[in-house]
Amino acid sequence: MPVRAVVRRSAYRDSMVLMRVAEAVRALAGVREAAALMGTPANHELLASAGLATDDSKDAAPGDLVIAVLADTDSAAEAGLAEAERVLAERRVSREGAGRARPRTLDAALRQMPDANLAAISVPGEYAAFEAQRALRRGLHVFLFSDNVTLEDEIALKRLAVERGLLCMGPDCGTAYIGGVGLGFANVVPRGRVGCVAASGTGLQAVVSRLAVLGEGVSHAIGVGGRDLSAEVGGAMTLPALEALAADATTEIIVVIGKPPAPEVVPRLEAAIGRIAKPVIVCCLGARPAGSGAGRWVSTLEDAAELAVATLRGQTWSPRVFTDAADVRARLSRARVPRGTILGLYTGGTLAHEAGLVLEPLVGAGAYRLVDLGADEFTRGRPHPMLDPEARAARVRQAGGSSDVGVLLLDLVLGRAVHPDPATPLAAAVREARHAAAASGRALNIVASVVGTDGDPQDLRRQTETLEAAGVEVLPSNAQAARFAALLLRPDLDRALLGS
Amino acid sequence: MTPIDGVLLGQSPSVVNLGLEVFAIEVEAAGATVIHVDWRPPAGGPAVAALLARLED
Repeated sequence: MPVRAVVRRSAYRDSMVLMRVAEAVRALAGVREAAALMGTPANHELLASAGLATDDSKDAAPGDLVIAVLADTDSAAEAGLAEAERVLAERRVSREGAGRARPRTLDAALRQMPDANLAAISVPGEYAAFEAQRALRRGLHVFLFSDNVTLEDEIALKRLAVERGLLCMGPDCGTAYIGGVGLGFANVVPRGRVGCVAASGTGLQAVVSRLAVLGEGVSHAIGVGGRDLSAEVGGAMTLPALEALAADATTEIIVVIGKPPAPEVVPRLEAAIGRIAKPVIVCCLGARPAGSGAGRWVSTLEDAAELAVATLRGQTWSPRVFTDAADVRARLSRARVPRGTILGLYTGGTLAHEAGLVLEPLVGAGAYRLVDLGADEFTRGRPHPMLDPEARAARVRQAGGSSDVGVLLLDLVLGRAVHPDPATPLAAAVREARHAAAASGRALNIVASVVGTDGDPQDLRRQTETLEAAGVEVLPSNAQAARFAALLLRPDLDRALLGS
Repeated sequence: MTPIDGVLLGQSPSVVNLGLEVFAIEVEAAGATVIHVDWRPPAGGPAVAALLARLED
């Protein structure tokens, strides 16, 4: 079978563009496999293992782009290469051209747009700190999506930002909203009166999406990165971000979202909250307040959004186990009781963490396993699973053949910049997994929740329906999905969870 | 601690995007001004980038 490869010297393209190229080529008739990669040592190994390495591709350097196609015929391979060139030539940002050269550096961009006030940085982690430092020195606030940035670099960047009165949102900041503009993986939500300070991307997405469903919008959501409340970073960005929202006229209530702060950071966080005249809700998943009485602390992302809405509207609020207990009973009655354990395959790290907090007290540590496919170890040199659904789809298919998995627990996260239709490849993988399980006489239950809004480009309703059509039980929130997974495994929990 | 420059929160951001082009498209779709940098790794890799950053200090 012919393999054809071309190397474009010094033609760097980002991992997302390259994924789109490979997808487009693979979709052609007669093409068996395709790759579009930079010529790094790791990628040469990938090409070789996929049977895509050629004499032409072997001397590509890390700054060179390799396109390789394995096809049934020479003409199909040629067509594949031509398709790759076509997709690479697509330019989708309008503010370029118009007689101007596309800037190749931050400084060149600033000459073209001197009033810029924020740098959004998502270059590979080993370069991210240098670019962020440069941006801060130029007086720009920074949104730093890149992960694989060292703790030492994070501390230095945040120190520099604080000295200059700038935001350093990240590293590993998945989502932020400034003045109604979403950065990173952002759901389409209305502007409103809720301000957020968030360690995580998907945790923030879950809260703002729920707020939107409940009819409230976001003033600003300042991301700080997952390590900000660690002992080492010490809340370096959380604390000034809280002050900024406290002073912001459009923000009426503040929600803090993240994982538990280091114990030594909790008093500082509580002291900062105590100085704010606006109501503050804290959802640091798994953390309890030290006891100063500052802020209202809640246990789940859903609770954070609902309490914020109730507070704004002057309503009383108490947490709910399920939105619709009757619906949960109906779902349980048609499910087959599984054997085995719960396997959570998550694209959102905070959602995975929240699921663990829900599951642990219900089913015990040995009865579930959670994998965060967006963690650094899975994203080095490849797109995040919210951009490229294939990494998770492969694991879902694998779970179909694993006799110890009785329930698969999933998240599906929508929004701008996320994959245009993540439900379709996930549903296809789910169908395969269910067939494989059924063929060996096993029940495999699949439970999910969808983070999204009606305004998102993927269409929340259609994504939900696609999953349901594949036999996925879609619950209204991640916490409810985890509770439902626990009920499937342990029907005796119904009294505790459903009050019957 | 210098308070965060509140000007950013009072207006729509003007964004320089380095890295994933999809994020520039998103910012533009949200109605903000954005310029996308045709970023590429410096020849010589991260070690050279670190050296350049130190020279700027």
